[in-house]
Amino acid sequence: MNDFTTIPDYGLSWLEASGDHADIVLSTRVRLARNLQGHAFGPRARVNDREAVLELFKSSVERAETLASGTLLEMPDVATRTRRILLERRLVTKDLLGEEEDPPRGTAVHLSSRDPISVMVNEEDHLRVQSLLSGLRIREAWRLVDRLDEELGRELPFAYHQEFGFLTSCPTNVGSGLRASVFMHLPGLVLTKEIGKVLQGLGQVGLTFRGLYGEGSEVVGNFFQVSNQTTLGKTEEDLVDHLDKVVRQVIQYEMQARQVLLRDARGVTEDKIWRAYGLLRYARSLSFEELMNLLSGVRLGLSLKLLPGLRVYTLNKMMIFTQPAHLEQSAGRELPEAEGDTHRAAYVRRVLASEGDIASDSTSADERPVKDGPDGR
Amino acid sequence: MPDNICDTCGSSDAVVNFTQIVQDEMSTFHLCEACAAEKGLEPAPEPSNFPLTDFLAQMGDERGQDEPATDNQCSFCGLTFGQFRETGRLGCPHCYQTFEVHLKQLLRRIHGSVQHVGKVYLPPDPTASEMEKRLDGLRRKLRRAIEAEDFERAAEVRDEIRSLEPA
Repeated sequence: MNDFTTIPDYGLSWLEASGDHADIVLSTRVRLARNLQGHAFGPRARVNDREAVLELFKSSVERAETLASGTLLEMPDVATRTRRILLERRLVTKDLLGEEEDPPRGTAVHLSSRDPISVMVNEEDHLRVQSLLSGLRIREAWRLVDRLDEELGRELPFAYHQEFGFLTSCPTNVGSGLRASVFMHLPGLVLTKEIGKVLQGLGQVGLTFRGLYGEGSEVVGNFFQVSNQTTLGKTEEDLVDHLDKVVRQVIQYEMQARQVLLRDARGVTEDKIWRAYGLLRYARSLSFEELMNLLSGVRLGLSLKLLPGLRVYTLNKMMIFTQPAHLEQSAGRELPEAEGDTHRAAYVRRVLASEGDIASDSTSADERPVKDGPDGR
Repeated sequence: MPDNICDTCGSSDAVVNFTQIVQDEMSTFHLCEACAAEKGLEPAPEPSNFPLTDFLAQMGDERGQDEPATDNQCSFCGLTFGQFRETGRLGCPHCYQTFEVHLKQLLRRIHGSVQHVGKVYLPPDPTASEMEKRLDGLRRKLRRAIEAEDFERAAEVRDEIRSLEPA
């Protein structure tokens, strides 16, 4: 079946704002890269390699407990807009869809309906087993992919080398094939101009950072994806624990930076946050980038308890449902960019209105509009 | 006189340049290895005697002496070394054998290591040593789970170990 309505939350459970530090850490992803013996991969894989790999994978799915109740979507059979929705929900990558109008034959994604875990087939590597969870849950995500990897490994002949470990198309993934990444919101460090030092520090401890959509993408809305840089020469547990430790440290720095903002620039900070909220609440046209920047301000306000009544989940949801394919899906037609901006603003207003209007705590009684009192004065 | 002619015996394989300063007068000699030895001159130490050059060999120029020719090709998938250089992607498991020497240097630069120490994959028909490595890996994982007080995980790993250990 080429639809993903059987997947719990339609693959969006990572938005639910559960897990540790969900206001700062949007999500955690852990993936393993695996290839099968006897077939070319990456740029050298031909149609027959890809189709053979997909067939082998399908035969293993029946015996892999984690995947038995799930949905396999073969990309060439999936409608274009649905493919873009999968991409916007971060369930597939641009690499899987390819550069042509139609995705290459043999490319697929299997979404488990039991666990928040999926397998991309014939991306850069034959298999990319990945788990995407809400909040900071690196160890939990690793356990999920490890378990599925064991299940698949019993069925499939993985390309494995005694010295180099699991073989991958890109030498930067070889060994464990493990990339763990954490999607963090760090406005405090950006506003206090401490972010450069932190990012530089990440490099010195074997970690790296990227923007919203992974490799090569820009940093938008103060969101950073922090991940391990190396994959060979360390155990998976060491890689996972190291990232967890450093990310918790970065969270501490971020919280300290926020305290500095409140201490030294409370007025300016509050103003920025309320202006962001005001624009989101009333604007008639929003580009995605503008939206992300405004959401960053509002998210900071929520985290600092300056915007009472908003939920992190609402903000997470807005990031996903305001992307082009999601807007087109709800409009039921294609939207040119300008129209998309209008639809985006309308969606945001609707969601914020349904959350109820927020009254600023700091509004003093004498600023409130005076209603006619019972004494008729 | 060209630099490669030995000043003493006239052979054309002078490899030592010897500069002498006597009473403020500088003179340079070009000598072959044999004549240099006769004059009691030690040849320059091999580069590997310097820890710094070792370090540079590991960290430095990617295009080292061991770099394969760009038309060197993987016999399984046909990927040439030139294509690998261009895309940074290998084409099949066999590529790791074809370009092994170069890849080792590259992997050391990228990861600081060339030895996988993580999960041990057990092929369908494992040899005794593959089985032993797999068990070692699982025992390490078990210790780790116990240390982290993750007993559900520990129980899973223990079951896995039991299923592999000879009865």
